[in-house]
Amino acid sequence: MLDPKGPIGVAERSILLNSLAIMLVVVVPVIVLTLAFAWWYRASNSRARYQPDWAYSGRLEFIVWAIPALIVMFLGGVAWVGSHALDPWKPIASNRPPLEVQVVSMDWKWLFLYPDIGIASVNEVVVPAGTPIHFRLTSDTVMNSFFVPQLGGQIYTMAGMESQLYLLADEPGVFAGISAQFSGAGFPDMQFRMRAVGNAEFADWSSKTRGAGETLDLAAYERLALPGVERQPRTYGAITADLFYTIVSRFTAKPEAAAGAGRDLHPTHSS
Amino acid sequence: MLGKLDWDAIPLHEPIALITAVTVVVVVLAVLGWITVRGHWRYLWNEWITSVDHKRLGVMYFLLGLVMLIRGFADAIMMRAHQAMAYNAPGYLEPDHYNQIFSAHGTIMIFFTAMPFMIGLMNFVMPLQIGARDVAFPTLNSVSFWLTAAGVALINVSLGVGVFSRAGWLAYPPLSELRFSPDVGVDYYLWSLQISGVGTLMTGINLVTTVLKMRAPGMRLTRMPIFCWTTLASNLLIVAAFPILTATFAMLLLDRYLGFHFFTKEAGGNPMMYVNLIWAWGHPEVYILILPAFGIFSEVISTFSGKPLFGYRSMIVATMAICVLSFMVWLHHFFTMGAGADVNAFFGIMTMIISVPTGVKVFNWLFTMYGGRVRFTSPVLWTIGFMITFVIGGMTGVLMAIPPADFVLHNSLFLVAHFHNVVIGGVVFGALAGYVFWFPKAFGFRLHEGWGKATFWFWLVGFYVAFMPLYALGLMGMTRRMQHYDVAAWQPWLVVAMFGAVLIFFGIACLVIQLVVSIRQRGRLHDTTGDPWDGRSLEWITPSPPPAFNFAVLPNVQGEEAYWGLKQGALRAGALPDLPAYEAIHLPRNSPTGFVTAFFAVVLGFAMIWHIWWLAILGLIGAFTGFVVFAWRDKEEYAVPVDEVAAHDARHRAARDVLLHSGVRA
Repeated sequence: MLDPKGPIGVAERSILLNSLAIMLVVVVPVIVLTLAFAWWYRASNSRARYQPDWAYSGRLEFIVWAIPALIVMFLGGVAWVGSHALDPWKPIASNRPPLEVQVVSMDWKWLFLYPDIGIASVNEVVVPAGTPIHFRLTSDTVMNSFFVPQLGGQIYTMAGMESQLYLLADEPGVFAGISAQFSGAGFPDMQFRMRAVGNAEFADWSSKTRGAGETLDLAAYERLALPGVERQPRTYGAITADLFYTIVSRFTAKPEAAAGAGRDLHPTHSS
Repeated sequence: MLGKLDWDAIPLHEPIALITAVTVVVVVLAVLGWITVRGHWRYLWNEWITSVDHKRLGVMYFLLGLVMLIRGFADAIMMRAHQAMAYNAPGYLEPDHYNQIFSAHGTIMIFFTAMPFMIGLMNFVMPLQIGARDVAFPTLNSVSFWLTAAGVALINVSLGVGVFSRAGWLAYPPLSELRFSPDVGVDYYLWSLQISGVGTLMTGINLVTTVLKMRAPGMRLTRMPIFCWTTLASNLLIVAAFPILTATFAMLLLDRYLGFHFFTKEAGGNPMMYVNLIWAWGHPEVYILILPAFGIFSEVISTFSGKPLFGYRSMIVATMAICVLSFMVWLHHFFTMGAGADVNAFFGIMTMIISVPTGVKVFNWLFTMYGGRVRFTSPVLWTIGFMITFVIGGMTGVLMAIPPADFVLHNSLFLVAHFHNVVIGGVVFGALAGYVFWFPKAFGFRLHEGWGKATFWFWLVGFYVAFMPLYALGLMGMTRRMQHYDVAAWQPWLVVAMFGAVLIFFGIACLVIQLVVSIRQRGRLHDTTGDPWDGRSLEWITPSPPPAFNFAVLPNVQGEEAYWGLKQGALRAGALPDLPAYEAIHLPRNSPTGFVTAFFAVVLGFAMIWHIWWLAILGLIGAFTGFVVFAWRDKEEYAVPVDEVAAHDARHRAARDVLLHSGVRA
C-alpha cells in the first residue's frame, strides 16, 4: 500500500500522506503545548503565575473553534474532490479500452471470469499491464472485500448485488490480493494473486488458456462453490454464457447494482 | 425436553476451552464458598444485591466492568500471542476458536467493560453532582444493572456450554445468518446483548430524567458540572440509539428463529440494511462511551489545576454538538460498500465536522491548565496521557474519514489501531481516571498513589507498544482477523505488539494490586473530610462515603462550581454556614425485583439459545411476575428520622470545621 504500482494506489496514497501532513501541523503543537503547560504550571513551580479565576477569553475561544474548523474545511475539500476523482465506479482515463473481468467471492476462494475471452481462473487474475481493468464483482456467499493493496482501494462483494471497481497496473508484476472482510473459517487463506504481464504475454496466456482444461458450466460452478480453500490457482478453458449474472440473480429475481442503486441498474452484458 | 442441548455442548475435546471453563467455574465456586464460609450472604443481599441506592449500583457496575476487563483482556493477549506465532504456521488456536475469541473480545470490551465502567461512574457521580438524593427511578436502576449482569452471565456461560459467535463483534449478516452460522454462537451473542440492551435503554431513560428533573434548588442546567452535561448527552444518545440496536437484533433473531428474510438476499431481504442499522446505533455508541470520559477529564483537570474549567459554555456547546452530529456519520464505517462519491463525501465531511467540537475540547483542557497549579496525581496523569494519545487517535480517525484514504485502510490493522487508540486512550483512561478520582468518595479512603502511577505508566507505554505496530501493519496491507498469514515482514511487528499486550497485562495487575494494597492500608489512606482533592462540585460536600440520603439538606446552589463557592464563602467568613433546619428524609426501600427479573432473564435467554421452549416460557413468566409483584407493593419508602440526619451532619460538620480552622480550606 505504501509502494503502489498503479495510478489509483498512487493517488490514494498521496491523499493519505497529504492529509496526514496537514493534520500534523496542528497535532504536534497540541502535544507539545500539553506537555509544556502541564510542566510549567506544575504546582511546585513558584515562577508560574497562578490565575485561579481565569476561565474565559473570547479571543481564545474564537481561535480554538477556528483552527479545527479551518482544517476541516480544507480536508473536507480534499474529501469531496478525492471521493469523486477516485470513485471505484469511475473509469480510468486511458487510450486503451478496459479489460472486463468479473469477480465472484466464494467460500474461501476468488473466481475471475473473462466474459470477452470466455475463460475463467481461480485465485489468480492475469491482466495486461498498462490497460485499465474494469471489475464487476459479486459474492456467492457472505460479504467479502476485494482488495489488491498495491494497486488501490477495495470494494465489497455482496451476494445478489454487483459492485464495480477500476484498477490499473502501471508495470508488470505480481501483486497480492486479499479479502479484507472477515468471511468465516477459511478467511485467512482467501488470497489471490494479481499478475500483470505485457500485452503479448497476456494474449499468449489467454489463447493458451482458452479451450484448455475444464469448462466452467453450472455443474462445475456448483462443485467449485462448495466451501473450501484452493491452494493452487487454476483456470477454466470455457465458461457458460452469462454465468456472472446467473450468479448474481441466483439470490434475487432481478439483479440490482450494489449500494449505488440507480447507477448502472441494467448493466450491458458484454459476453 | 432440553432442545438442542446435550453433552456435545461441553468442550471436552478442546483443551484450551475446557481449561478456561473449568478455571472460571472453580473461581466462581471459590468466591461463593468464601462468602458462605464467612457468612456474608445476609450482608450482600441486604446491602448490595437488593440495594436501589445509585451509589451502590454505580460501584457494582464498575466492579462488573473490572471483572469483564480481565476476561476481555485474556482474549486480547491470547490473540496477540497467537498472531505473533502464526506466520506460516497454524498458531495454537484453531480457526474455530480464534474466530470466537476476537468476536468475544470486541463484544465484551464494548458492552460489558466500557459500558459498565461509564454507566457505573455516571450512576455514582451525577446524582451527587446535581444535589439529588438518588436517580429518578431507583428500583428501575437496580433492574438495569442486573439485566446487564444477566447479559454478562450468558456470555460467560458460552465459555463452557456450547460456543460463542464467530461472526465478529457486530455479527454482519449473511455470515451471522442460520445458513453460515447454524450453531448457538450467534444466539448467545444476540440474547446476551438483547437482555443487557434493555437494561442500558432503561438506564438512559433513568439518567436523562434524573438530570432534567432531580436537580437541587438553584442548580440550573448551565450551573451543572460538565460531567453532568456529558452524562445528559450520553444518555440522550442511549435513548435514541439503543432502540435501533434492539430492533436490528430482533430482526436478526426473527431471521434465525422463524425463517424471516430481513437480512438474507433470498426473498427480498438485504444485508446492507443490517450494516446501516447496526452502525446507526454503533457510531452513537462510541460517543455514548467517550462523552462521559470527556466529562471525567474535564472534572479532573479543573480540580487538580485549581481552576474552573476553561470555556465552560463552549464545552457545553461542543458536547451537545457531538451528541447531535454523532447520528450523521454512520456510513463512514462502510465507504467501501460503493455508495457513490456524493454519499461517501457527505459522510466523510460530516465525520470531519464532528472533530471540530472534539478539537475545541482539547484546547479547552489545555487552557484549563494554563495559569493553574497542576498537581500530578494519577488522575491527572491519565488525563494528560489521554490528551496526547487521543489527538493521535483523532487524527488517524479523520484520515479514515477521507473516503479514498479509507479505501486502502478499511478493515486493516490501521483501523484496529485507530479505534483502540481512541477507546483505550479515551474511554479506558477516562474510566480509570474517574475510578481513582471518585474512589475515596465511594469508600472513604483514597487509592494508593504509587500503584496508581505504576498502573498508568504500564498502560500508557503498553498501549503505544501494542498499537503503534498495528498502524504500521495496516499500512503494510495486513487486514484484521487473520488466524494466520504468510508475509514474513509482518511477524516482527506482531511480536512487538504482543510485548505491548504484556505491558498492559502488568498495568492490569498493578490495578488489582493497587486495590488490594489500598484496602489493607485504608487506615492510612482514610479521608475524613469528604473532600480529599479540594474539589469544586457538590459530591465533595458530602462525607465519604456519603450516607444513603446523600445530603443532610439539599444544597442551595448559587452559581457554577457550587461547592467551590460555598468553600470560598466559609473561608472568608471563617466559619461554616449556620445549622440548617433538618427534616426526616424518605428513601426508597430495597427491592429484589432487579435480581429476580435478571435471574429469569438469564433463564429465558439460555432457554431460547438452546431452543428449550418450555423453559423459555417459564423464564418469561418469572420475569413478568417479578415486575407484577413489584408493581403491587404496598410500602415503597422508609423514613430516616430527623435526629439521625442531624447527628450524621453534625459529625461531618465537625470534620469540615477542623479542616477550616487548620487554615487550609473549608
